[in-house]
Amino acid sequence: MNLKTESKLEKILAAGHLAVTSECGPPRGSDPEVIKKKGELLKDYVDAINVTDNQTSVTRLSSLAACIHLKLMGVEPVLQMVTRDRNRIALQSDILGAASFDINNILCLSGDHQVFGDCPGGQNVFDLDSMQLLQTVRHMRDNGKFLGGDEINRPPRMFAGAAANPFAEPFKIRVPRLAKKIAAGAEFIQTQCIYNLDRFEEWMKGVCDRGLHEKVYILAGVTPMKSLGMARYMKKNVPGMDVPDEVIDRLAGVPKEQQAEEGMKICLETIERLKEVKGVSGFHIMAIEWEEKVPEIVERAGLFPRPE
Amino acid sequence: MIVGEQKPLEEIWGTVSGHRKVLVLGCNSCVAVCHQGGTKQAEILTALLRMQATQDGTDIQFEVNGIERQCEHDFFTPVTDAVKGSDAVLSLACGVGVQFMAEKFHTTPVYPALNTTFLGAVERPGYFTEKCQACGNCLLATTGGICPIARCAKRLLNGPCGGVNNGKCEINKELDCAWHLIVERLQALGRLDDYEKLFPLKSWAKDRAGGPRKFIVEELLP
Repeated sequence: MNLKTESKLEKILAAGHLAVTSECGPPRGSDPEVIKKKGELLKDYVDAINVTDNQTSVTRLSSLAACIHLKLMGVEPVLQMVTRDRNRIALQSDILGAASFDINNILCLSGDHQVFGDCPGGQNVFDLDSMQLLQTVRHMRDNGKFLGGDEINRPPRMFAGAAANPFAEPFKIRVPRLAKKIAAGAEFIQTQCIYNLDRFEEWMKGVCDRGLHEKVYILAGVTPMKSLGMARYMKKNVPGMDVPDEVIDRLAGVPKEQQAEEGMKICLETIERLKEVKGVSGFHIMAIEWEEKVPEIVERAGLFPRPE
Repeated sequence: MIVGEQKPLEEIWGTVSGHRKVLVLGCNSCVAVCHQGGTKQAEILTALLRMQATQDGTDIQFEVNGIERQCEHDFFTPVTDAVKGSDAVLSLACGVGVQFMAEKFHTTPVYPALNTTFLGAVERPGYFTEKCQACGNCLLATTGGICPIARCAKRLLNGPCGGVNNGKCEINKELDCAWHLIVERLQALGRLDDYEKLFPLKSWAKDRAGGPRKFIVEELLP
């Protein structure tokens, strides 16, 4: 196996296993126990845990610090890094900081606009975009150099990832956009939550037709619906989210106290169908405010135990 | 052109109410087009300020005038005496004009009556939109003539974020997604494949980040 990094996630994907990742959001405070608890809960059930970077622009404990907590307890973190808040000096600096703790995975994102968060009057930086951050990570790793051209002593060795939203508009550039992210240096992709399987399969067909699935590992994103209210909210209010009416109807068709289990069933059926889709290399399970359900999903989906 | 928007009367009143003799000076180029800063708007604003002074029982003498541009020495000749004879100037120019006057008349306070909002176009009468952020290194040749720096809320250079909805920006349903427009435009030009060309890291050295900019045309120098 020709591995480029020490990443456990890369190793599992390269070995041909279906990888499983999940995510946890750092707390709105400085208590490390919140992170450690989530890490403890997930560590035997997933290969790596993404740590979000001030998601929805709400100020939280830093992604890097939370990743360090996870790393120190033996969990494999995926450092999510957005370009909204830091210029290229700070981004490179934080990449080195993460590498100094042997954090081996990074997910390069542009980040939600600050208007959605708790500091809507704040400046946004966007010195780079997500693709340019990918280029930066790969440049630092593969060329061993800073953007300014100087040599890096002990370059960061990170497995570089990016997000993809197969459902966002304009649909005609969805496959080209993935190709562009691969050209920028993406080695793994975690997708937006998938509810519209027909649409996802159409996208994956386009991806495979161009052979892109052989150049990047695609982890299909799934999120169990906790309730009908959540499904309706996501359909209506979350930009770039495609929730078909069938999902809403299924949840609406059962009594309220059974909606969570129905949401779970939909999620498991989704995983089963996605396992058969050519080009899917694993799953990214985002159980929003429902992390305790991840072990159950992994077990019931037949993805347990995880490979070493 | 430069687009501006008049500040609330209350804020303007707060800046001038401590003076006895105020020159209200319009600027008849850019900010007159959007009916915010020309001589006519200066006259209306003065009438409102006079009413405010009467209501407050404050004795302020307002004089109104206007010049073609407050950002060029030559145009100031007709109003130089009026400026010097005033305790303060309320300028209806953009931020450029206000500063130009402040430097020109070192001992006279100059207050802005406008918020300078953006560099934009007149889409239709009364409807102005931002088009340029004067980044100093134009990239419009590669983006089908639509600027993602000025028109994408995240100034993304390589394509749309995941938040575009029906061609609109996630932060405002009335705002076109710049990248949606760019993609449609590239397709119309038969250049959709160009979307896949990676836009390299941009140098912002010619932007605001590089510090205040100047431009010298040798043959125009005296």
